[in-house]
Amino acid sequence: MNPSPTEIKLDQRSRDLRKLIVQAIAGGRRGHIGSAFSLVEMLRVLYDDVLRYDAKNPSWPQRDRCILSKGHGCLALYALLVDKGFFPASELEKFCKADGILGGHPEAHKVPGVEASTGSLGHGLAIGVGMALNARIEKSDYRVFVIVSDGESQEGSTWEAALCAAKHKLAHLTVLVDYNKQQSYGTIAEVLNLEPFADKWRSFGFAVTEANGHNVEELRAALKKTPLDPQKPTAIICHTVKGKGISFCEGNLSWHHKTKVTDEEVKALFAELEAR
Amino acid sequence: MRQTCINMVYELAKQDPRVVFVGSDLGVGTLKQFKAEMPDRYYMEGVSEQNIVGMAAGLALEGKVVYFNTIATFITRRCFEQVVIDLCLHNVPVRLIGSGGGMVYAPLGPTHLAIEDIAIFRTLPNMTIVAPADANEMRRFMSVSVNHPGPIYIRLGKGGDPIVTPDDQQFAIGKTYQLREGNEALIISTGICAKAALDAAASLTGTGVLHVPTIKPLDTEAILAAASKACVVVTVEEHTLPGGFGSAIAELVLEAGLKPRFKRIGIPDVFPDQYGSQASLMERYDITADNLTKTIQQLWAAS
Repeated sequence: MNPSPTEIKLDQRSRDLRKLIVQAIAGGRRGHIGSAFSLVEMLRVLYDDVLRYDAKNPSWPQRDRCILSKGHGCLALYALLVDKGFFPASELEKFCKADGILGGHPEAHKVPGVEASTGSLGHGLAIGVGMALNARIEKSDYRVFVIVSDGESQEGSTWEAALCAAKHKLAHLTVLVDYNKQQSYGTIAEVLNLEPFADKWRSFGFAVTEANGHNVEELRAALKKTPLDPQKPTAIICHTVKGKGISFCEGNLSWHHKTKVTDEEVKALFAELEAR
Repeated sequence: MRQTCINMVYELAKQDPRVVFVGSDLGVGTLKQFKAEMPDRYYMEGVSEQNIVGMAAGLALEGKVVYFNTIATFITRRCFEQVVIDLCLHNVPVRLIGSGGGMVYAPLGPTHLAIEDIAIFRTLPNMTIVAPADANEMRRFMSVSVNHPGPIYIRLGKGGDPIVTPDDQQFAIGKTYQLREGNEALIISTGICAKAALDAAASLTGTGVLHVPTIKPLDTEAILAAASKACVVVTVEEHTLPGGFGSAIAELVLEAGLKPRFKRIGIPDVFPDQYGSQASLMERYDITADNLTKTIQQLWAAS
């Protein structure tokens, strides 16, 4: 039996990407840390194995569009964009600082590789729908990937956009849902339950599959199969753990959005990622 | 005015492959010809306005020029955050065509009255607000709307509004039009209120009318030049007084150090409590040529 999202061990690359996140935390001393750590493998697989892009030419018309609709998870996106050379790692130290380009939510006009400015939830999927429609108008073969959070799936606007994506049979649009099952106040189940979650996406007209969101092989296999249906947009429900990779962050809501991160905490974060 | 505006979207789309039309749940047959001839650029997306604004932003980020039409309040009230973030922050060319600007939908009640739309949108960086006076001006505006960078909110009148602008007017976004000369008193109007302003001015001596179809950004130079000549300045708008067009003019005039006798005519800080018609509500709130005339006479007498 495959290990669960909680059990699965992170490999060296996943730990290295998390170290980039901690570099930014060490700079800015704050961030949506748990929300970023839950989505590292999703972004890793997208940028390593799926997306078509040119880091030196971020607006290359033929690139695939990847929108981080859960903008508060931006630390993970910044780590991948640094890793791929969209901008230098020195920017990470300036996270949330007055002279930096990397804010607590990503802005398209500031950060190379960021397709849309997000942060308020429930916006990214509609923007992705527009981009996917444009591909159809232009007969271009780029694809659109939108990463939404579970909490974000409580927004009505997310479901308006889902209806629209299904109506237009946007098979070249894939939604990845970071289902870490926690939001700021508590568990999704307690605060505003989304179950049956996969069925909801299915009933809104998506072809749906589920994956362990920290299992790189499983994510790769799921994404390679997209579109799951040539007449439907795809949704991949990625089961994840908030704070994945750091024992004292995992499932710990005080790390959802952490401010005033201390030297000791930064040290402890690095130490966990060094240990095997 | 609405028909002219919508038909112009079709004309523009025929000439420019970037032009896309999106409606929410408009009347059956809207832009039938557009749909038949350019189906890939025609969308009717149902009662999902927040999605439509985001979708329009996505299309515009890809280089399209998107014209979105629905009832004005559904744009300004329901989609406020989408307009702020998806359109203004990204600064993309989406044109929001707001049907029923002002009190056009009087019989439908307060849910449908767009009487604070100007106040809401004039706070947004990168937003342009245009309120033409009549269908002819709408046509001239629409023909220059395609290449304007950034989002535009287009405030529609009722339709069948009297033509008050001259045919030889060349429309430029951000410019004002002196519809009547007169150096002693000045009425500054926007949208269809140009008509009431002209009627009032005709009954007075030395009263000019400056029509301001672009509410944001304001043509500060022309407005200050005209206001600096007048002892009395009155603004008129089909909109609530807090934060509206008159407020924008007042800010400009005061900060420039001008000290005319000044008054704003518009809707007070209330939800209109009657149905009836646009005209009857305009009467109820004294947004009339008669009240403009009286107000100017009073200010004149007091100066």
